This record gives sequence, C-alpha cells and structure tokens, in this order.
Amino acid sequence: MMDDSVHSPDDALQPDASRSSNTVTVSLTINGEPVTLEVEPNVVLLDALRERLDLTGTKKGCDHGQCGACTVLIDGHSANSCLTLAVMHEGCEITTVEGLARDGQLHPVQEAFLEHDAYQCGYCTAGQMMSTVSMLNDKRIGSDDASVKEAMSGNICRCGAYKNILSAVQSARAKA
Amino acid sequence: MRNFDYQRAGDVAEATALHGNDHSADFIAGGTNLIDMVKLDIMRPERLVDVNRLPLTGIESLDDGRLKIGALVTNTDLAYHERVLADYPVLSEAILTGASTQLRNVATTAGNVMQRTRCPYFRNPARPCNKREPGSGCGALEGINRNHAVLGTSDQCIAVHPSDMCVGMQALGATLTIEGPGGTRDIPFEDYHLLPGDTPEREHDLNDGELITHVTLDAPIDGARGHYLKLRDRMSYEFALASCAAVVALDGDAIREARIALGGVGTKPWRSHEAEAALSGQPATEETFQKAAEAAMAGAVAHRDNAFKIPLAKQAIVRALATVTAQS
Ligand SMILES: Cc1cc2nc3c(=O)[nH]c(=O)nc-3n(C[C@H](O)[C@H](O)[C@H](O)COP(=O)(O)OP(=O)(O)OC[C@H]3O[C@@H](n4cnc5c(N)ncnc54)[C@H](O)[C@@H]3O)c2cc1C
Ligand code: SF4
Ligand code: FES
Ligand code: FES
Repeated sequence: MMDDSVHSPDDALQPDASRSSNTVTVSLTINGEPVTLEVEPNVVLLDALRERLDLTGTKKGCDHGQCGACTVLIDGHSANSCLTLAVMHEGCEITTVEGLARDGQLHPVQEAFLEHDAYQCGYCTAGQMMSTVSMLNDKRIGSDDASVKEAMSGNICRCGAYKNILSAVQSARAKA
Repeated sequence: MRNFDYQRAGDVAEATALHGNDHSADFIAGGTNLIDMVKLDIMRPERLVDVNRLPLTGIESLDDGRLKIGALVTNTDLAYHERVLADYPVLSEAILTGASTQLRNVATTAGNVMQRTRCPYFRNPARPCNKREPGSGCGALEGINRNHAVLGTSDQCIAVHPSDMCVGMQALGATLTIEGPGGTRDIPFEDYHLLPGDTPEREHDLNDGELITHVTLDAPIDGARGHYLKLRDRMSYEFALASCAAVVALDGDAIREARIALGGVGTKPWRSHEAEAALSGQPATEETFQKAAEAAMAGAVAHRDNAFKIPLAKQAIVRALATVTAQS
C-alpha cells in the first residue's frame, strides 16, 4: 500500500530467547477494569490485548501502522495498538471495541454501523468504530464528508465498504 | 520483534543519564517509527529509554514572538494549537497532511524530526543499503527509485526525507535545542538534517545520548501568509511525491519576503534559497512563480523512475505560490 514493503521477520510474541526473563509489571485500566500485566518490553499493546487478555475484538492487519485495524483509544484518543509497547502505558486508560457496549446496550456508534450496514467481512470494523468514537465530539474535525473521510483515512477497508462507513460515521456524529 | 530492556525516565537529566551515551540504547517517544523499524529488524536497540513522562509537552509563546514547542508535543496538538493556526498555518497544514489521525495522536515533534526514510531497500535487511550498512551499496540507485530524491543526492544514497512537518518548519525557520552529556546546545533547524554525501548513515547533527528537548519557531514574518501543498499517489495517508511549503509577505503586488521549502524530492527537508531569491522584490505573477520553480529545481538529478518529480515539484511550487498570494 505504501512505498515501503513490509517484511515482518517474526512473531512479536516470541521474545529473543537470550533476553527472555526481563519482564516488566504494568498496571493500567482496560475498558474500565484495572489490569496488571507481566510482560516482556517488546510486547506491543495489540498483542497484550489479544494474546494475554483474550480481547480479540481488536484486529491485527499489517502490524506496521498502515491499516488501522488495531485502533484502540488511549486516554480517549485513537491510536494504533500495533506500534506502541504495552509497558509504555502504566496508568493509562485503554478502551477497546469490547468496552463500547454497556449493560447489554450497544454504543451509538455500534448502532450506527449496524443500521448503515457499514461492513462486509468485518475485519476492519472494530478499528473503524474506535476511530469514529474518538472523533464523535471532536469539533476540530469538520462535519462535511471530505473532512470526515480525511479524519478516517487511517482505517483501510479491504472490502471497500467506505460509502456505508461514511454514512454510519456521519449519522453517529449528527446524533452525538 | 527482538527483545530489549526498558527503562522509563521522569525528567531530562534522568533520560540522558539512563541513555548514558550508549550506542545500543535508543529513546522511545510515540514509537510509531521506532517500533516499526525494530519489527523490520532495521533498528536493533538493546535498551529503550522511554521519554514519554518528561515534562516536554508544553507550547510556549516567548517574549520575542517565537514559539517554543516541547519535544513531546504530539503532531495533533501542535497542528491544532491556537498560535500555530493563527501565526504558522503552513505548519498546521503540513502536519495534517501527514500520516493518519491515529498516528498523529501519538507521534511527537522530536520523533517526527528523527523519523527514518521510507526507502524500501533501507527497510529490507536482505537488500544492500549504504545508509543501513555503510559500504554495502545502494539498492535504489539501479533499482526501483520512483519515490526517491532528486535534490541533495549523492552516488551513495538517494533516499528521500519523508517528513511533512519538517518541511513546514524549514520554511518558517526554527532552532532545535539539544541536551546531552556535554550540556545544552542550540542548532538552526536548517543545519540539523545532513546531506548523505559519503556518509549516508549520518542523518542528523545529533550525538549518541543527546536528546532533543524543544523546537523553537522563528517569530512569524510580519503580514505573511502560508500554504502547504502536498502531491501524492492517493489523497490521504500517503507520503509526498512532491510538496511545497510557501510563506509569502506581499507589499502591494510585489513580494516583500518569501520562504520556500520542499518535501518528497530532497534527501533532507529542503529549503530553497534559490527560489526565495527569485521571488524577492518581484511582482507576484505566474511568470515570477515559474522562474522561482526553475531556480528551485535547477540542480535536480533524476534516476531511472523519478524524472517526473522534477516537473511535479515545479508545478507544486507554482500552485502553492498562486494559492498563497491569492488569499485575501
Ligand atoms: C503508515 C505511516 C504513514 C506515515 N505517513 C507520514 C506522512 O505522510 N508524513 C509524515 O511526515 N510522517 C508520516 N509518518 C511518520 C510519522 O510522522 C512518524 O512515525 C512519527 O512522527 C514519529 O514520531 P514518534 O514520536 O512516534 O517517534 P518514535 O518512533 O518514538 O521515535 C523515532 C526516532 O526518534 C528518536 N527520538 C524520539 N524522541 C526523541 C528526542 N526527544 N530526542 C532525540 N531522539 C528522539 C527515537 O530514538 C527514534 O529513533 C507515517 C508513519 C507511518 C507508520
Ligand atoms: S537510497 Fe539510501 S536508504 Fe535507499 S538503499 Fe540507497 S543507500 Fe539505502
Ligand atoms: S495492525 Fe496496526 S495499523 Fe495495521
Ligand atoms: S469490511 Fe472487510 S475490510 Fe472492511
């Protein structure tokens, strides 16, 4: 997709055997719950969520900041969880797609995605929704389609569901 | 991804002490470039010093009109800061054309200054690259070089500097403040990024263990307007093929002062004093803009796939100047 091809040599979860015992303890809040993790420094937040905490709603696409499938909120702002280390987030508040629904009630952004049929395979959807949540009340981002598309450009949809995603984002923002 | 040790610094003194002038240690800020590089096995730190807790997140207006930006200010916060929007719109525009919302939310000012080239040969450890491994050769010189530089190249390296933010800063004029084992020093932004020459592995005037603490923008030019135009393969979330930051102050119909900087075409964020000289004192007409564009690209050298960048950059310069002088 970019000028740079990706050659991911290995799996982020397998620390170099020669330096495998240097785990760090991090305490953070995930979807409102306090969590304490013992992780090697090289574990990215995405892998900590998926592999250590079973929060598999957040997806791994490219693992290099190029697709947005891994988008979560860190202290309320959208971020790519594949390019940040879990150990960097001591004391931070992380929200994943699992944290959107409350008491069995879907989040308004989830409702909007449902209503507008804003997905095909669904792989990018969690990331799309997290980006939408982070810009719901962001007045710096205009309400015209061009501004919304620009603000959402960090979320690639391989199925090309963009038209319906845009409608969903616009409808969720209009009601927010 | 290979493993490393991790330490968190609380202030500047602790950060430089923890780094300790050790070339196997790296600072980590947003991580959006560093972690990418470590995953690709291009950067191989044995120890990371996390600088995110340093008190360098402020933006301060100085009495002399300059704007002092902490190294950890995020790209998002800088782009939307009220002084930047009011007095340095070219910088706001440049930042907002870069990367994506998610990346800008995390990417820091110093990290953006320090980001590495996106040259695909540099990013692939199986390929020769003089920047990554001095003396191994340059995969791009005879390879696929459509995205490579046409200004400031050498027979060792033709990699483009990828930053948009730095192009805005180059046009505005700025000073970097650096803290290291030898104390504090200031360096003009224009002198900070180095041309590849015979030492493409040396990218900046930064020594092991030194930390960027601030970038201070020059006071805005009285009455100047600014505009950043970025041309690329798709409309968003893509690096520049050619970009132009133009800052112009008019005196009636004549150009009193102009600043031109270019992205996507240079081996460093490129300031064109040649274009500025061709604009200064001249009428703000398309003919003048064309002359400035010719002057800017006079020294350009194309390789197999990137000759198109020379006319593209000229068009970017002319259009950015037309836009910036038409605003009223
Ligand atoms: C998919 C993708 C698309 C992108 N598109 C664009 C684009 O269009 N335009 C653009 O301009 N950029 C683009 N970027 C690059 C992005 O802007 C950089 O990754 C980001 O600015 C780096 O900042 P960071 O804080 O995350 O740096 P980090 O990754 O934390 O650090 C980068 C480097 O800076 C060093 N460093 C960090 N802080 C300091 C300090 N205070 N002093 C000294 N050294 C320090 C680190 O040691 C490291 O070597 C893109 C990135 C990605 C992944
Ligand atoms: S252009 Fe520079 S970075 Fe790219 S392969 Fe050649 S030496 Fe390496
Ligand atoms: S998996 Fe993080 S951006 Fe693609
Ligand atoms: S719905 Fe399939 S990738 Fe977006």
